[in-house]
Amino acid sequence: MTCLPKTESRVKLGLVIDLDICVGCHACSTSCKEWNTSGHSAPLTDLDAYGEHPDGVWFNRVHSFEVTNESGESVSVNFPRSCLHCEKAPCVTVCPTGASYKREEDGIVLINADTCIGCKLCSWACPYGAREYDSDAGIMKKCTLCVDKIYNENLPEHSRVPACVSACPTGARNFGDLGDENSGVSKLVKERDGFELMPEQECLPVNRYLPPRKKQIQNEAKDGFLEYKVDSSENALLRWIDKALSR
Amino acid sequence: MSINPFTTIKEDVATSTQVADEVKTSTCYMCACRCGIRVYLKNGKVRFIEGNPDHPINKGVLCAKGSAGIMQHYSPARLTAPLLRVGERGEGKFKEISWEEALSIATGWLAKVRSTNPNQLAFFTGRDQSQSLTGWWSQQYGSINHAAHGGFCSVNMAAAGLYTIGGSFWEFGEVDWEHTRYFMMFGVAEDHDSNPIKMGLGKLKNRENTRFVSVNPVRTGYSAIADEWVGIRPGTDGLFVFSLIHELLKAEKIDWQYLVRYTNAHWLVIQEPGASDHGLFLRDRESTRPLCYDSASESLVDASSMNITPAFVGNYESAEGRKVVPAFQLFTERFLQAEYAPDAVADETGVSAEQIKGIAADLARVAFEEEIELDVKWTDSFGRQQDKMIGRPVAMHAMRGISAHSNGFHTCRAIHLLQILLGSIDVPGGFRYKPPFPKPIPPAQKPAGDTEKTNTPLGSMPLGFPAAPGDLRTRSDGSPQRIDKAFSWEYPLSIHGMMHMVIHNAWKADPYPIDTLFMYMANMAWNSSMNVPDTIRYLTDINEETGEYKIPRIIYSDAYYSETVPYADLILPDTTYLERWDCISLLDRPICDADGAADAIRQPVVPVDRNVRPFQDVLLELGARLGLPGMVRQDGTARFSDYADYIANHMRTDRLGPLAGWRGVNGESDLTGPANPDQLQHYIDNGCFWRHELTPSQRYYKFANRDYLDFAQKSGWIGSNAPIVLQLYSEPMQRFRLAAEGHGYYPPPLEHRERIKKYFDPLPLYYPPFSSTEDDTEEYPLHALSQRPMHMYHSWGSQNAWLRQITNVNYLHIHHDLALSLDLEDEDWAWLCSSHARVKVQIKRVHGVNPDTVWTWNAIGKRKGSWGLDEKAPESNQGFLLNHIISELLPPRTDGYRYSNSDPVTGQAAWFDLRVKLEKCRADECGQTEPQFDTLPAQKEAGTEQIVLRYGEELKDKATSTDSGNTLKEHREFVTHPENKADE
Repeated sequence: MTCLPKTESRVKLGLVIDLDICVGCHACSTSCKEWNTSGHSAPLTDLDAYGEHPDGVWFNRVHSFEVTNESGESVSVNFPRSCLHCEKAPCVTVCPTGASYKREEDGIVLINADTCIGCKLCSWACPYGAREYDSDAGIMKKCTLCVDKIYNENLPEHSRVPACVSACPTGARNFGDLGDENSGVSKLVKERDGFELMPEQECLPVNRYLPPRKKQIQNEAKDGFLEYKVDSSENALLRWIDKALSR
Repeated sequence: MSINPFTTIKEDVATSTQVADEVKTSTCYMCACRCGIRVYLKNGKVRFIEGNPDHPINKGVLCAKGSAGIMQHYSPARLTAPLLRVGERGEGKFKEISWEEALSIATGWLAKVRSTNPNQLAFFTGRDQSQSLTGWWSQQYGSINHAAHGGFCSVNMAAAGLYTIGGSFWEFGEVDWEHTRYFMMFGVAEDHDSNPIKMGLGKLKNRENTRFVSVNPVRTGYSAIADEWVGIRPGTDGLFVFSLIHELLKAEKIDWQYLVRYTNAHWLVIQEPGASDHGLFLRDRESTRPLCYDSASESLVDASSMNITPAFVGNYESAEGRKVVPAFQLFTERFLQAEYAPDAVADETGVSAEQIKGIAADLARVAFEEEIELDVKWTDSFGRQQDKMIGRPVAMHAMRGISAHSNGFHTCRAIHLLQILLGSIDVPGGFRYKPPFPKPIPPAQKPAGDTEKTNTPLGSMPLGFPAAPGDLRTRSDGSPQRIDKAFSWEYPLSIHGMMHMVIHNAWKADPYPIDTLFMYMANMAWNSSMNVPDTIRYLTDINEETGEYKIPRIIYSDAYYSETVPYADLILPDTTYLERWDCISLLDRPICDADGAADAIRQPVVPVDRNVRPFQDVLLELGARLGLPGMVRQDGTARFSDYADYIANHMRTDRLGPLAGWRGVNGESDLTGPANPDQLQHYIDNGCFWRHELTPSQRYYKFANRDYLDFAQKSGWIGSNAPIVLQLYSEPMQRFRLAAEGHGYYPPPLEHRERIKKYFDPLPLYYPPFSSTEDDTEEYPLHALSQRPMHMYHSWGSQNAWLRQITNVNYLHIHHDLALSLDLEDEDWAWLCSSHARVKVQIKRVHGVNPDTVWTWNAIGKRKGSWGLDEKAPESNQGFLLNHIISELLPPRTDGYRYSNSDPVTGQAAWFDLRVKLEKCRADECGQTEPQFDTLPAQKEAGTEQIVLRYGEELKDKATSTDSGNTLKEHREFVTHPENKADE
């Protein structure tokens, strides 16, 4: 068993992901993989890379699927999935070695590769499927929130955000301190009714998702269809013959 | 390390690691979007690639392909040395040869052709973006048989735009993302303008009272986030747009002022059926300028003159007593026909009349009731000062789904006419030109004709813009001059050539045999050709008289072991995009945006570690060895040491070169000027791009904006600063039609006349895609099409270890109702049959698709043995191509002749016309896709082993001395679209 930090971390770094504008392009996935394969948990191993069963370690995966909404309509959903850096992270408390832990200073959940024994208890415990077992290395890996990028003084300032965030072409991914109610991300969550994923699991995830906005429905509360002035070209000729517009 | 089970070891997290030894900027080439990148290098390897935040295209973002560039660069499918075929074509047996031998062989073949009949060289390039070089090379060589891949990609978009508004979508123009309130997107290929569109959609969706409407048979990707999805029947977009125009006309929701100022709506058209100038504009005898009827003076006056009040409708007479009417009247007569009423088109388009009427009402409301004004003064072409820029915030974008139909040219023209009617082209909130567009309509350059000389350059570049029958490139009997039959009576406005017909035509010796086929970066033996099985036969058939292959010599350059490599005789291996110089030139396919002109370079960020060379270096060296003008000095030595030398020092005219930035000996001059030997260093210092921002007064109304047009002329983009008049009515089209009626000096051969008469309509025309009238639609009730996943680019994706984990099989997506009727479940196998052939596919059921449409991802299917993949790879066993069941030819005419399966105006390959039926497979047929082809010999012995990739293991970032580990440090926040938050 591993303990969560005794005092709840004041800073809660996390992501706010906008499902209203995610187009399912996978930019976040590959950018994440690219950064992290040489980063804190390097490498993000790929098995059978050019063969029959290509499979590898990804910290961030995007699922595109259809669901039927409350109004009975089918809608297409693009859903990026990664570690939510829960405040009550079951992947931490279940860890027998202390390898899986939550940082006090910013709330990021990490795995210490030196002490992970690859028992996979954490992946069973995580209700979000956010853990990635590297069978080649024999240890568990997961999203680090780019802990080696966001503070990195060797990087230009624009780059000091998680790779998935800076890559996202539609701007669907936001990053900041969800522990600070005045932060931009906290305000965004408030304005857009950001939600927790599967709150019934009581993991208190830090990351939030922004729901799709109500569609801007055609002609909503407007005057309906166009009013016809002409119905044929003969009729148009008569009406427009005196049209006087100067150049 | 030993672990004490009673203590928890605290990890010392390195948070300020040394990520790179060096960061180099360049331009991405994981697709055609051409984003700026910053490449982190460590220990000589690529550590990380991120978007360049300063770059005008991507402003720091990067798509899934761009971030997978590492795996493309280190792909096992890379070619490693020049190859000479030793087995039979297609066997894939080669021997490695030296570059000297490869270049000698190529020079020998090419020199012989050049000194006998230069047009027996067909030089066609694929997705490279160096057409200003390759076209110039072909010109100097003297072969008219050159083009790039546009004919099978999106020439309908380019041609319809250039012949209507002097610009088009993607490289030619973009949505005014900052101001638009209503964005309508038609059938988009998601790698075209990939990141700018995604960034723009993010902006739109965060703006209040802004709607995004997607017209697309498939509801994935962009369509998934649209406010309104119009799940239209493929190939009927033209009819849908006709109906919108019909509604707007009936309701008089028309920007009259815009029409009278900026279009040819008021120009008078001669109405004298049978006359040789019927349907042409009435022109002043002396000035030859078009005339209009001025209702103020009640006389015919120069249509371009000022302070007149032109008539939009009415019947008038010329001084000679000839009947004339304004073009707008003809437009009105066409679009007000009852057959285009929403109720009349609903069945055919699959879009309800209510939805069409609603969209028309929305368009009108946003355009006319939500007019916006920018407080920017500008001067029009006539010298009139304007205090404001008035905008109609409706914008459209269209791409592959419109383009890849046999009616795509007219559909695209209709979309532009819809925008013109709403007054929304190049106004605030509308669709905007990117410099150097707009160009005169059509652009002045004509295609080169056969010089019938040896060892002699052509008079101009091979491709151009016919405006009249005399600009076609036909022989005296009307037969095509070009091997692809571009610029012939069969496909007169094929301004991008017809690469998709070259192999077929060369095999058939129709119009003539060739000697050497030289191709670059186009997978023509697989996913870039229709009818793959026969294409392979064309490449391998023997001419019984000569004993040679029917296409005697094939030279191919590519960086990777694609399905096309085994069909070449000589392989000139190219580098990856991270090992080369390139220029993304204003002379070619520019990366400008509506507010500025821009160009860019690639620089080698890693050294070449194989015996390969950049194709453009090789092309210039071949040019020098052949003694091509411009590529050799007077003493016969090479003019350019390599492509980088060419980029900096080649002069296309006395003041224009490939790059527009830092010209002049000291880099003092932008846009035009003498060459600068240090130009590339300036680019590198600036992040490998250059951009010139337009002044606010130049940014809109570019077709009639004096400041802009003066600037464009000074920059060498247009020959004159005269206003560019938007062509509602297309006189060039009518000229071709008149020829087909027997008028003029260049009548088409009789057998083509009906076709020309029908399709060269000066106004947009709707006709169903050819397949819907030629095929038995009861037998083949469904439409089939492919789309490109956002994370893959053509065939390149499957060799990429990361991208192929995202997609390595392509299902056929069908509607649940269709699945139910055929008793099909997910992953069931079925035969997808066209009138040409059948392919075995696996099913996935969806709701988000037009019920009569089935679709799959493009180019996932791979031939066994290719692309460095194991032959058990899912791409080769489950993955399939629709190409196998698309014929490159239409059904025979009554005399047996078969036209290309292409748009009759432009020659655009009609990929999406495909009609199909679906049949469930028998149990014993399931398990593997068909057709299957012989397995290509693997490149390396190691191909069958399981490969574990631990990329990054050796690059793992180490803590630096300044790294303070676990102490809390400042983090930065990143909230996108903050500009919109303020409004809320």
